Amino acid sequence: MKKLSARRRHPLAAVVVLLLALLFSGGLYAVFAPTSKAEADETAQSLTIEEGKKLYSVGCASCHGTGGQGTSDGPSLVGVGAAAVDFQVATGRMPAATSQGPQVPKKKNVYSQAEIDQLAAYIASLGAGPAIPTEEQYGPQGADIAKGGELFRTNCAQCHNFTGKGGALTHGKYAPTLEGVAPKHIYEAMETGPQNMPSFPDTTLSEKNKKDIIAYLDAVNSSKSESPGGLELGGLGPVSEGLFGWIFGLGGLIAVAVWVAARTAKAKKS
Amino acid sequence: MSTAQDRRKAPAGERVADWADGRLGIYSLAKANMRKIFPDHWSFMLGEICLYSFIIIILTGVYLTLFFHPSMNEVEYHGSYVPLQGQLMSEAFASTLDISFDVRGGLLIRQIHHWAAIIFLAGMFVHMMRVFFTGAFRKPREINWLFGFLLFVLGMFTGFTGYSLPDDLLSGTGVRFTQGAILSVPIVGTYISMFLFGGEFPGTDFVARFYSIHILLLPGIMLGLVVGHLILVFYHKHTQFAGPGRTNKNVVGMPLLPVYMAKAGGFFFLVFGVIAALAGIATVNPIWVLGPYRPDQVSTGAQPDWYMGFAEGLVRAMPGWEINFWGHTLVLGVFIPLVLFGLFLGIIALYPFIESWVTGDKREHHILDRPRNAPTRTAFGVAWVTGYMIMLIGGGNDIVATHFHLSINAVTWFVRIGFFAGPVLAFIVTKRICLGLQRRDKEKVLHGRESGIIKRLPHGEFIEVHEPLSQEQMYTLTAHEQYEPVEIGPTVDENGVERKVKGSEKLRAKLSESYYGEGAQIPKPTAEEYREITSGHGHH
Amino acid sequence: MFTVSMLATIAFIAAFVAIPVDKSVYIFPLGHISALNFALGMTLGIALFCIGAGAVHWARTLMSDVEIADERHPIEAEPEVREKVFADFQQGAKESALGRRKLIRNTMFGALTLVPLSGVVLLRDLGPLPEDKLRHTLWSKGKLLVNMNTNEPLRPSDVAVGSLTFAKPEGLEEHDHEFQNEIAKAALMIVRIQPENIKDKRELEWSHEGIVAYSKICTHVGCPISLYEQQTHHVLCPCHQSTFDLSDGARVIFGPAGHALPQLRIGVNDEGYLEALGDFDEPVGPAFWERG
Repeated sequence: MKKLSARRRHPLAAVVVLLLALLFSGGLYAVFAPTSKAEADETAQSLTIEEGKKLYSVGCASCHGTGGQGTSDGPSLVGVGAAAVDFQVATGRMPAATSQGPQVPKKKNVYSQAEIDQLAAYIASLGAGPAIPTEEQYGPQGADIAKGGELFRTNCAQCHNFTGKGGALTHGKYAPTLEGVAPKHIYEAMETGPQNMPSFPDTTLSEKNKKDIIAYLDAVNSSKSESPGGLELGGLGPVSEGLFGWIFGLGGLIAVAVWVAARTAKAKKS
Repeated sequence: MSTAQDRRKAPAGERVADWADGRLGIYSLAKANMRKIFPDHWSFMLGEICLYSFIIIILTGVYLTLFFHPSMNEVEYHGSYVPLQGQLMSEAFASTLDISFDVRGGLLIRQIHHWAAIIFLAGMFVHMMRVFFTGAFRKPREINWLFGFLLFVLGMFTGFTGYSLPDDLLSGTGVRFTQGAILSVPIVGTYISMFLFGGEFPGTDFVARFYSIHILLLPGIMLGLVVGHLILVFYHKHTQFAGPGRTNKNVVGMPLLPVYMAKAGGFFFLVFGVIAALAGIATVNPIWVLGPYRPDQVSTGAQPDWYMGFAEGLVRAMPGWEINFWGHTLVLGVFIPLVLFGLFLGIIALYPFIESWVTGDKREHHILDRPRNAPTRTAFGVAWVTGYMIMLIGGGNDIVATHFHLSINAVTWFVRIGFFAGPVLAFIVTKRICLGLQRRDKEKVLHGRESGIIKRLPHGEFIEVHEPLSQEQMYTLTAHEQYEPVEIGPTVDENGVERKVKGSEKLRAKLSESYYGEGAQIPKPTAEEYREITSGHGHH
Repeated sequence: MFTVSMLATIAFIAAFVAIPVDKSVYIFPLGHISALNFALGMTLGIALFCIGAGAVHWARTLMSDVEIADERHPIEAEPEVREKVFADFQQGAKESALGRRKLIRNTMFGALTLVPLSGVVLLRDLGPLPEDKLRHTLWSKGKLLVNMNTNEPLRPSDVAVGSLTFAKPEGLEEHDHEFQNEIAKAALMIVRIQPENIKDKRELEWSHEGIVAYSKICTHVGCPISLYEQQTHHVLCPCHQSTFDLSDGARVIFGPAGHALPQLRIGVNDEGYLEALGDFDEPVGPAFWERG
């Protein structure tokens, strides 16, 4: 249920944030004076970037450099685009802990969506890169689930498992589970290739392809997806099936056998 | 049973029996077997679990053949499972989807079939371990041990050919692995591969071929072996644990009719019931999320069913050795695991013969050993199981890595080292534990059981009261025989001429020493020792 | 117990008739599962279990629980029987004259050994001979690299640094009869690495502006290897964890694979599309005896 609410939160949050952003950046003015809309947008944009720069210098600059040029502790952010920022910060991966294992894990996000948007706007201003996708791009309308499944098995399943349960990579790295990951973030991850994940830009995996993949994941790996056969045992395949069969199947049968073979109290007396 | 006092009034049942006896001679058969004795112990029912799950597999398997199409013709799917609609897949895969989603109860039967297979193999494994650790494989049961071993190995391959039939992405990856392993066989590998697959991989033939192997060839052989196995169990009469009134010359237990019949018959339904409920609760091999097989697609976590996991582990742990010479390639990285797989299983098959050679023991045995009283055998068995389990871990190294947050490379190295070190360590530790337990048994017999009651003696010393064991318990603890190691024998004959001692004889004496030498068993308490201690020197 | 079983069987039949095959229910903690499967499994399980439990319970409580001893007889026959058997055998062997008529006997054995050969010969047509089938793929000079996802030929600009693309040879379609066999050898994995990061000289030579094309089929036992880590340029095989370094001629750096992934030499044609400059120069996939 928790996951469900987490999934629901994002689109709603986006709406609220949008309103807030409008208020912040003098959007109200733009509503009253449609003629100067473009101009207002521009000022709003530059304001957002300013705010983002402030946030950046506090939370990110120590590793990624004051101008996003990168240091020995963090890669350059020039040209990574707003989508990368939204993914990394909103999933809590960034800012990362100072001492890292082989991979930066997902954790609780410390920024509000408005702050993330400001950060994203600042990073996007450093160099052109993929923008944050819209609901229309990652939403379920018009998606072909079956095609998505085929694309998923070609491009994603090798690391993330048949239904996105995750899997191991070399030296302690891993492909995380995709369960409960917001469609927007899945889209962004494909677009930008966070950490060791390769990117799948629109030139090789079209927008429609990405939409299909997300729809497929929603069908097979969400809190409402069906597992007609019963308990899905983690969806890990034969390893968990074997364990379950040994423990509950054979274990249960041996327990029954012990009962069958046990001598009754009556026998002990005789 | 029929007393035939009054033929005229013989009830219908008796008349049918008479009719059958006149044609089949059932009375003499029944006379010998109707009150046949079966010892009661839960571990003697492990074999029954296997037998019953085998029957369940055959019943459900016949049902599945009614709906399954063993064909690799490509079709476009238009059934009721939405996430695959419009996908190209083989007819085999499509018909498996139909069984799962469109045939009422088809999913249940499929899942019973698969769960029963997993339990069948697991049951055989545990049954085999039970027979091994209690020494039930000794004369006269070596042949039955081989029958059982063959059943286990054939079961593995029947399972493999079975789960490959749906032609899904997971099993297809397994078949691809098999093809790669076949290719690694020197000289004939490519030919076998071409013949098995009717050309290049994957071709359009293997599902149909696996099908006839899976439903006809292997189960046919297995059925024969099962019958042989059971006939031999009947003929040899069951083994029993030591105890008062139980000797090597008798068998103590419940008669076939009625107790054993009721219990064993009832147990069939219990096994079937548990597996059916399991199939209703937990999904197994959900091929619809795996998708149809395509040789350019794959998923992480590509593992075989558990009974092949051991082979998978061997392959994963092996370093990539490859030797090129005179225009040929020796693919040791795949071929060595293939050979090891056979050897590691084969040694278990040959063990009864090895043990009887080493110990020089050629007598019949019907009393089971307690594992502690045969420390070397027990230690060997535990070492074998340790090796097996480490390879199982190796077969699932990626799942182990992700779930315990380890590096997959570290897990692989652990498996590589563990495969050699683990069994040795297990051997030593197990032997120590067995000897310790033997010592404790000796203590118990000589000084009685610790009662937990503390008594204060007149001079102030506290002692714990030891309760002497009952006659029955004492008998049970000292019933086992202890052996002498086989000696090489005099190396000089009566005329003073030196006899040549064969290397094999020396080896045998060495091994025998390790089985029954000083370090390998604690002399069991003798009656004299017991009398001496109990005759008034008190406790200590 | 037996009554419960009867009721469960009736419930089984009722469930079979009443519950639609595609109905899904949520049952904690099992999840969204097929109602029919769960109902049938539980009722069948209960029906069977209760028969068994009833029978066993009966045996345990109502039947005699006194252990009986039965004699065992040695399996080995008495010496007289043994003598008799051997004597009979000698008698039979003598009467058959098998020992004296050596020629007849030996030809019979010869015939018996030869006759299974026909069975072996019959297996010959199970498949073709290997010849050089494992050495060639569909790739040849001038074949365009077609994106697996979009089914469009690839241009160098489509392939970004850090991205991963899968390609097939132009002209190979999913509906083709030979698709499975051909894709099993021709599947291609394309990545782009900054040319200065490519350590292997030949790899750089065979690439196009840092775009390298490698066989997707693992050289161990043929799994489609493609777990590409874009920062380390390592690809891992999900089946047996062979790891290859794509920035260094795809040499093996871990695991059971015996040799590097074959590279496909690529270039750009006049229209600006990526094309193969020939077939792989070595067999793709698992090694075999004749590979050399």
